Amino acid sequence: MGDHSVEALLRVGDSCLVLAQRLTGWCGHAPALEEDIALANIALDVLGHARGLLTRAGELEGAGRDEDALAYLRGAEEFRNLLLVEQPNGDFAHTVVRQFLFDAWTAELWKGLAESSDEVVAGIAEKAAKESAYHVRHSSGWVVRLGDGTEESHRRMLAALEDLWPYAGEAFLDDEVDVAAVEARLVPLPSSLEKPWRARVSYVLEEATLPVPPDPWWQRGGRQGRHSEHLSYLLAEMQVVHRAHPGVQW
Amino acid sequence: MGREAWSLWEVFVRSRAGLAHQHVGSLHAADAEMALENARDVYTRRGEGASLWVVPATAIVASDPADSSSFFALDEEFRHPTHYVVPDGVTGI
Repeated sequence: MGDHSVEALLRVGDSCLVLAQRLTGWCGHAPALEEDIALANIALDVLGHARGLLTRAGELEGAGRDEDALAYLRGAEEFRNLLLVEQPNGDFAHTVVRQFLFDAWTAELWKGLAESSDEVVAGIAEKAAKESAYHVRHSSGWVVRLGDGTEESHRRMLAALEDLWPYAGEAFLDDEVDVAAVEARLVPLPSSLEKPWRARVSYVLEEATLPVPPDPWWQRGGRQGRHSEHLSYLLAEMQVVHRAHPGVQW
Repeated sequence: MGREAWSLWEVFVRSRAGLAHQHVGSLHAADAEMALENARDVYTRRGEGASLWVVPATAIVASDPADSSSFFALDEEFRHPTHYVVPDGVTGI
């Protein structure tokens, strides 16, 4: 297995890891107790997907790095997550829009990964698909509720969509790493997921009385290790305990 | 969204097929669909259930605690099947 395999798995695994860390920021702060627990559940599911993929990436890399080494001992420029997931939580509308755009992507992604030539990856994807099917149901529900809700909620959803839409397209931009990993039948081609993703996003936004924004120049670079300033702060918080007490367990 | 807009729902979980749904608690939700999803998230996080019911709390008709001494058979001890002598060797009871 070449480096492209490790890179391709980190692109998915890191996206899950960073989003899980973002979602845990809502713990104790969500608009309602019930939603607080729902977001924590989703964070744990997504963290589980990250753990599986990082572990597998470490095995394929063969340099002795386990999930902890990859999660806690890499700097921001070594992370391969989408820029979308490192965006701040913002208000609840921003969190809902970010989650929906992500869930609509993973709903398609896991289907492709379930066909992976790597049996471990296929197994992770098969389990993740079931969990993500619930996540996208949950986030779609909120998009519709808030989009087609009050004047205030509609306004906030419009603002969130405008802020986050430029980050939505990065997931579908192929590069040479993707092409190599697709040749090894490890992952689906990113651009092949765009059509079903768009179909779902359009359907839900229409239901929510929200316009599908026109395509901008997609913000990109996260999958190649070029991140916004937000990621360093997020990682500092996520990694501080492990870096202060290497190998600590409790 | 004000909390006051969310109504109270009672949650019932059936742990596996063949058993009855048991009341496990309550929650707030804006409508039936959200109530079901919230119930899933709050009460079945650890695989507790195979089936969920959510019922608007306003649909529950409750007895009055003040009536309990006359409403419930508290003293009718003879109704308890505890006055029989079970012969030795009888099993399955």
